[in-house]
Amino acid sequence: MVTVILLAPLVGALICGFFWRLIGERTGQIISAGLLFLAAILSWYVFLTFDGVTQHIPLLRWIESGTLSTDWGIRLDRLTAIMLVVVNTVSALVHLYSFGYMAHDENWGHGEPYRARFFAYLSFFTFAMLALITSDNLVQMFFGWEGVGVASYLLIGFYYRKPTANAAAIKAFVVNRVGDFGFALGIFGLFYLTDSIKFDDVFAATPDLATKTLHFLNWDWNAANLIGVLLFIGACGKSAQLFLHTWLPDAMEGPTPVSALIHAATMVTAGVFLVCRMSPLYEFAPEAKAFIVVIGASTAFFAATVGLVQNDIKRVIAYSTCSQLGYMFVAAGSGVYGAAMFHLFTHAFFKAMLFLGAGSVITAMHHEQDMRNYGGLRHKIPFTFAMMMIGTLAITGVGIPFSGEVFGTPIGFAGFLSKDAIIESAFAGGSMYAFTLLVVAACFTSFYSWRLIFMTFYGPEKGDHHAHEHAHESPLVMTIPLAVLAVGAVFAGMLWYNSFFGNIDTMSHFFSLKEGAAPGAGAIYYGEANKVLETAHQSPAWVSLSPFIAMLIGLATAYLFYIRNPKLPGQLAEQQAPLYRFLLNKWYFDELYDVIFVRSAKWLGTFLWKRGDGDVIDGTLNGIALGIVPFFTRLAGRAQSGYIFTYAFAMVLGIAALLTWISIAGGTH
Amino acid sequence: MNNLLSIVIFIPAVAAVILALFLRGNDPAAQRNAKWLALFASSLSFLVSLLVLKGFDPANTGFQFVEDHPWVMGLHYKMGVDGISILFFMLTTFLMPITIAACWNVETRVKDYMIAFLLLETLMLGVFTALDLFLFYLFFEAGLIPMFLIIGIWGGINRIYASFKFFLYTFLGSVLMLVAMVAMYHAAGTTDIPTLLTFKFSHDPIVVLGLNVAGGLQTLLFLAFFASFAVKMPMWPVHTWLPDAHVQAPTAGSVVLAAILLKMGGYGFLRFSMPMFPVAAHLWTPVVFWMSAIAIVYTSLVALVQQDMKKLVAYSSVAHMGYVTLGIFSMNSQGVDGAIFQMLSHGFISGAMFLCVGVIYDRMHTREISAYGGIINRMPAYALVFMFFTMANVGLPGTSGFVGEFLVLMGAFQADTWVAAVATSGVILSAAYGLWLYRRVVFGALVKESLKTITDMTRRERAIFAPLIVMTLLLGVYPKVVTDIIDPSVGALITQFRADVPAEAQAAAATTAPASN
Repeated sequence: MVTVILLAPLVGALICGFFWRLIGERTGQIISAGLLFLAAILSWYVFLTFDGVTQHIPLLRWIESGTLSTDWGIRLDRLTAIMLVVVNTVSALVHLYSFGYMAHDENWGHGEPYRARFFAYLSFFTFAMLALITSDNLVQMFFGWEGVGVASYLLIGFYYRKPTANAAAIKAFVVNRVGDFGFALGIFGLFYLTDSIKFDDVFAATPDLATKTLHFLNWDWNAANLIGVLLFIGACGKSAQLFLHTWLPDAMEGPTPVSALIHAATMVTAGVFLVCRMSPLYEFAPEAKAFIVVIGASTAFFAATVGLVQNDIKRVIAYSTCSQLGYMFVAAGSGVYGAAMFHLFTHAFFKAMLFLGAGSVITAMHHEQDMRNYGGLRHKIPFTFAMMMIGTLAITGVGIPFSGEVFGTPIGFAGFLSKDAIIESAFAGGSMYAFTLLVVAACFTSFYSWRLIFMTFYGPEKGDHHAHEHAHESPLVMTIPLAVLAVGAVFAGMLWYNSFFGNIDTMSHFFSLKEGAAPGAGAIYYGEANKVLETAHQSPAWVSLSPFIAMLIGLATAYLFYIRNPKLPGQLAEQQAPLYRFLLNKWYFDELYDVIFVRSAKWLGTFLWKRGDGDVIDGTLNGIALGIVPFFTRLAGRAQSGYIFTYAFAMVLGIAALLTWISIAGGTH
Repeated sequence: MNNLLSIVIFIPAVAAVILALFLRGNDPAAQRNAKWLALFASSLSFLVSLLVLKGFDPANTGFQFVEDHPWVMGLHYKMGVDGISILFFMLTTFLMPITIAACWNVETRVKDYMIAFLLLETLMLGVFTALDLFLFYLFFEAGLIPMFLIIGIWGGINRIYASFKFFLYTFLGSVLMLVAMVAMYHAAGTTDIPTLLTFKFSHDPIVVLGLNVAGGLQTLLFLAFFASFAVKMPMWPVHTWLPDAHVQAPTAGSVVLAAILLKMGGYGFLRFSMPMFPVAAHLWTPVVFWMSAIAIVYTSLVALVQQDMKKLVAYSSVAHMGYVTLGIFSMNSQGVDGAIFQMLSHGFISGAMFLCVGVIYDRMHTREISAYGGIINRMPAYALVFMFFTMANVGLPGTSGFVGEFLVLMGAFQADTWVAAVATSGVILSAAYGLWLYRRVVFGALVKESLKTITDMTRRERAIFAPLIVMTLLLGVYPKVVTDIIDPSVGALITQFRADVPAEAQAAAATTAPASN
């Protein structure tokens, strides 16, 4: 059944991409979306009926060389099942949504076909993502990893006439390749150490890795830590963590459904998935885990600060995604993989919904994305408003504190449960740095999320008068996906809280964990010394309460700034002009990278070409040649075919010499 | 049928002779006949070569389909294939019909052009199958003559300079190789390659011109062969002839040059340098490693700033060949399998990349990147094909480009982590130059007046690309079709190499290897 789930989107992509001319664009779209819905329904069935026994389904042999043996194969365990549901649900809904969103697009002329191409890309992306999550080994995972990169490249650059879109697409691909560089080295290292790239073999070898050293770049490293860091570099690229995050905001050049599917719910979470998948390794790599916590917490904080001042509605959500991914990494790095997967799961619902909601706003406002030109939209598009409210309540973490002790599971929106789980884990993990930054980031999250709501839906109408007049609610194909995701954003947290994090017995059953089992036996692995989860459950009351208070502070500030006294933000920005510009320009990462990497690479390339190839190499050789060649040309006569003649002549001479030698020496042997 | 190899090899030559002797006139009908005959002959050669592939037994690591006939002056005409050479042989027969179909629009001296390609095919096939030192030399050197002619007669404006450079570089290497061959005959008393493969050349240190040469005779022989193969490869820093040659060569010439001729260097390393001079090869491994790693980064950076499409693709070729030498000198299964795989894959992908450039060059007669932009609006099919091969060139998993690169880097990692890390950074740069080229040529709005009437690919052009796409995908998704054939022979090569290199020498060189405990 998983094979069907895996291949259905590929079939859809091929039919829609190559045969739409035969069957018509509309039919192509329907086929690809239909197959996705089939995959989504089957995924839920697999998820709900999964019995906890890891299944291996080999499909085809792949790369084999010496002792390296790689299959195309499926590994079905709880992690895969969770990801199947996330990917296929969001993807199916995004396909449906795109019928409406892509129906009219001013980037294309009248009658130009583009919809089938869009759907084919979406389906192809889904296939690559499924290949990533169902993979049985690291190399197939790498296939999916790069496959989603290509799909992302194609979709970000979907409006290929726009220079900004093309630039963003290349940036996304190249920055991801920097991460892949680390990922690849990690795979090579693992193969060197364990002689296999299959998960089962690697997991079994992880206790050994903890005691091995690996000589890498003139340095002796602890093998588990080194591999852990290298793989995490890959995760950083895909999941837009600090230093490799610059591509994600630019990726908003793609159509909004793409942002919802790829750059919020699925692809960017692949890094978190990788770390959780490799939990048997990370449990033996304490330094690598500490590194993940630091990077994750820093990203969560950094992206939240930038999100505070952005005016493009999609960019606010993009930075929010970046920040939330940081949360997930903190959980994984703290050793509470369940909490990381939990936030991944709930985040997929509410973040996809926020993006699709933003898309609905953008459609209503004739492709205006600047929030300064919105205002008062709650009357024009009430359904979208309601959905965005639910999303905001979910992401900011609204719920009833301490209700868990009364009802057995806390009562609140999805983000309330999963984010609090992470903050408790961070505290239990012992990193005050991470805990502090995450709580501050929670406050910022609340501020920018409410700021988005207030600027968009409240206050007076601003900007183009015409656009406001024509603002209207989106069609059903766009609102239904919003409603479905809203259900997830409200209930996903409460339904699965105990399975992912809350109750140790439920969780052990959910992830097939057994006391004292070998690494790799369950879907994730908690080392024997790892008591972070237990400690997290015993968090002091102030720890559990702090994100809630941070959320209230953020809400209150946003209310003050954008409802009560709308002049305040402007005044504050003037007062703190350097800080404001620093944040508005995203800490100047892009400018810095442009100088350090882009310009210097071009300069170096030109230098090596003109000076290296031109002056040094050719100069030397031509210099020598000028001495010799005239001699040969004279010998051969005509210049044009002269060299050829000379060459043939020299060869004949050589052969003659060889022959003579052989016949003379041959006789004496 | 124990002369199957010769049949495959000489079908094109026979066709060339027929063309030369019997085809008269230069009217369109005669031109058409010449093309069809050439296409027919190369296709027939390919079909017969399939029999060779079918009859080949991968488990047997010795030479198969061996033909041995006494020839002039005590020499032997001896041919055969093993797991290392057979796929290069197949690559050649597979690509030649495509190449000939790609020069269908040539109008000047068509008959001569076809003869040149047919002779070239025979000579290239000879290189990969010759089992006699002398015979190998003959094919290896003679094969360049048709290539000189193709560039020199049908090439671009600066063809004289390019073929001069080409000549200059190869000449030096050839002379040294010839001297080495004489020395080998002197030492071993035979020119028979299978015998030489088992002959142990001396590696006692000797003194030459006051210099103490570690590895002795082996080192001298190794360096002489290295001079020739490194140029042919081409390796940094003797690569500068290639971009010029490519830029001036006609499209079909570029395809053959990149797809097949460059593989002779790699094949030479595997056939001669590694098995015959193992001690010397081992001594020189660090040098070759760094030459390869530098080549990958250096030429990728240079590719980034090119303004001429063909030059960009040519530099990218040099970078990809860096992976080949890296893999070969890693001397482990993954490295060598990867190197061979990379060469085959590069045959399809670089060939296709040059064809892609050719498609728009035929229409616009310029290779300047800045002359294009937005052609996706007029040429969607072309955009798709070009995207596919750009991604394959970038080494996307699922295409053959990935398998070779990945295996090579995996092999290199086991030998030297520094080199592996530097070389792996090439995957970032290749993405940068590949996608940037694509963006400037294909994407964007169509604003240039000259491009507004450009037409999409014709049916002939699509037919040319189809087999290349199939092979790139097949090798990417199911690489076992290749590795099953090469793996046993490569395994035997490596086992022999390790046995030949003294253990203490192996241990001494392992300072940068990822030794673990």
